[in-house]
Amino acid sequence: MVPEARPPATIIRTELLAGFKVELPIAVGVVPFGMIFGVLALAAGVPPLLALAMSAIVFAGSAQFIAVQLISAASPAVILLSTTLVVNLRHLLYSASLAPHLRHLSPAWRWLLAYLLTDEAYAVVAVHYQDKSQPATYKHYYFLSAGLTLWLAWQVSTAVGLFLGAQIPASWSLDFTLALTFIGIVVPTLLTKRGLDRPNLAAALSAGLVAVLTFHWPYKLGLMAAALVGIGVGSWYGRQRRPG
Amino acid sequence: MILWLTIIGMGLITFGLRLGPIVLLERFPLNDRLRQALRFVPAAVLSAIIWPELLQPGGVLDLSWGNERLLAGLAAVLVAGYSRNVLWTIGAGMALLWLLQYALAGG
Repeated sequence: MVPEARPPATIIRTELLAGFKVELPIAVGVVPFGMIFGVLALAAGVPPLLALAMSAIVFAGSAQFIAVQLISAASPAVILLSTTLVVNLRHLLYSASLAPHLRHLSPAWRWLLAYLLTDEAYAVVAVHYQDKSQPATYKHYYFLSAGLTLWLAWQVSTAVGLFLGAQIPASWSLDFTLALTFIGIVVPTLLTKRGLDRPNLAAALSAGLVAVLTFHWPYKLGLMAAALVGIGVGSWYGRQRRPG
Repeated sequence: MILWLTIIGMGLITFGLRLGPIVLLERFPLNDRLRQALRFVPAAVLSAIIWPELLQPGGVLDLSWGNERLLAGLAAVLVAGYSRNVLWTIGAGMALLWLLQYALAGG
């Protein structure tokens, strides 16, 4: 703790710089995914302008990847919207956990920060708010800076992917990177330090099985059924193991 | 046009989920059951996409050795488990897929 308060301008600059520095390596890591998204969107027949708009308007990687797949399967709007809802439900948790820290901010600040609240921004911002050695009053500048860094990386890499995607032939099977990306995200969440996260594994296996069995259902309704079964099985298993 | 409206709708839903609790939490605290169910969302949704991609490439169930995507995908699961790194997983999976496509094409 600094006994004498520093002038806000200095603190604000420090927060902005710190947010940028911590988010930069994460943003660099996100660039390949933005590019893959651009490539996949083109491969799925999504017009480039629409893909760019999706990155700017939706700004949620996994939902965008899934949307591209659904669009290529000619799924109706209601499936796209309901899938977006389910896939992005986790943001409720992020928002709920940050809400107490943002109470003192104006509506404009809250709306802007909510727009920037991605997985990658939440990860660093939540940690920053937990650090009680500094006052929380100006930490929203850290949030802003981390969020904008990621935003910029996502928009630019989408555009680069759209440009490159136009040069890559279909025989390269780049659409398979979608399944591989998801495998890379899911598999580590099934493992704990000591072994397997069994309820989560049960969710993954049951959802996968239902998805295969319902593959021929119309409008990709099987995806929703599979997700709901997986979430139900995981929750049920979790309660059996940890009663109360 | 429909696609544009859909994307705007997706944006509004996502934004609503991100903003809702920040604005409303004082009035509606999140219940425990929902909080626990949310933990399973990524594994359930993503697995529901992964499995058909590996088992039903082209829309038909294929459990044979000729299904390159299934073999490359299983190898990617191992790489993901050991490396815990998405880019390594993509790299290894694509490399194996290309190798298998080359081999099975009689190269």
